[in-house]
Amino acid sequence: MRNLVEFITKNYFFFLFLILETFCISILIQNNKFQRASFVNSSSQISASVLSTSENIQQYFYLKSENERLAKENAELLSHDLLSFSVLVNGEYRVNDTIKRQKYTFTHAKVVNNSTNRRNNYLTLNKGSNQGVTNKMGVTSSSGVVGIVENVSENFCTVKSLLHSNTIINSKLKKDGTFGPLNWDGESFEYATLNDIPTHVRLFKGDTVVTSQYTLMFPENILIGTVDSYYRESTKPFYTVKIKLSTDFKKLSHVYIVDNKFRTEQEELEKKTEEGNK
Amino acid sequence: MTNTIIRNIIRFFVLILVQVLIVKNIELGRFINPFVYVLFILMLPFETPKWLLLISSFILGLVIDMFYDTSGMHAAACVLMAYIRPGVLKLFSPRDGYEFGTQPSIQYLGIPWFLSYAGILVLTHHLVLFYIEIFRFSEFFSTFFRVIISSLFTIFLVVISQYLFQRKKDQE
Repeated sequence: MRNLVEFITKNYFFFLFLILETFCISILIQNNKFQRASFVNSSSQISASVLSTSENIQQYFYLKSENERLAKENAELLSHDLLSFSVLVNGEYRVNDTIKRQKYTFTHAKVVNNSTNRRNNYLTLNKGSNQGVTNKMGVTSSSGVVGIVENVSENFCTVKSLLHSNTIINSKLKKDGTFGPLNWDGESFEYATLNDIPTHVRLFKGDTVVTSQYTLMFPENILIGTVDSYYRESTKPFYTVKIKLSTDFKKLSHVYIVDNKFRTEQEELEKKTEEGNK
Repeated sequence: MTNTIIRNIIRFFVLILVQVLIVKNIELGRFINPFVYVLFILMLPFETPKWLLLISSFILGLVIDMFYDTSGMHAAACVLMAYIRPGVLKLFSPRDGYEFGTQPSIQYLGIPWFLSYAGILVLTHHLVLFYIEIFRFSEFFSTFFRVIISSLFTIFLVVISQYLFQRKKDQE
């Protein structure tokens, strides 16, 4: 026993190193595995407040282009007749309709932190559980899909950007409904890859790609981008398509969080069915 | 002595702010992600106790992790870098050891010494960091390229900041 203690005190540098390194790796693995809110992310109060101050200052530089974009969007929204029926509840937009039930609601949020140059990119938004945000909600901007909510704190949430190696969005070609998974290859923040498009589909540059009806996070037909080029690996009967993303991730500052009102119902039913089959 | 401690604490916070508010927003293409904050670990005095070296690097990494949303990656890289620092110092030590009260900087030991010392440590840090971030081998070479380019850029920034420090010291 005494020898052991002596051994440890003699080599304490190595053991301390081992302990710290194990701790680092364990929080790293845990976060990757469960995608759960942990104390080391920018939802945490201190870093989020510093970042939002810095973001507030930076926003002044983008005011002009942002105003132009908002004015354009307003004009477009006003032309939709339905919006005259909308009521404002907690900054969230709902439509009252006696024939149709509302399936999706949109909440506006501001981007306080953003990255595009890493392999796995995240955004931080200024809406959290106090504003009704929960994880796995979809995030869109006026120009297209942005990502999926991952962690939520009281007033902030972090979003797994489309520019992340684990983000897969079920998307389809608008013209004929052929669907396939879309993910990011890490090459450039302007392009993503759409896989598994059968070779009998005739593709043209500029074909529109939108979200498919099979995603739970997004409404159908939200714009993702346009076809840029495509090729076929000789061994597979599928095309791999390069998509030019419609969202400019470098300029994001106002986004919408999408809440699917029927999501839990659908998920529970599907889960029940799967369990019943086992 | 207290002067050195205070100076290191100030450097700790200044480097974090510089990294998070300025360097993080420098975007020179997808391959260049400099991490200047490692200068703190490079510049700790020679007589820093080893446990303090590890603990302070660990905390530095953890704080950076908070801002980058990368739970534990920077902390892991920093701790490894701190662990090999004494070995690297021994490897490059002058014939009669380091003078007491000096810092591992260009002004005391010259550019060739500093470049090899910083080069090894920064390269280790970046290697660990980028490969942990990718966590797979399928993009091995593009990641390696990223490591090399980013390390060169970090060292470049570190050397420049050394000259800024030095001038300030002469005036004192």
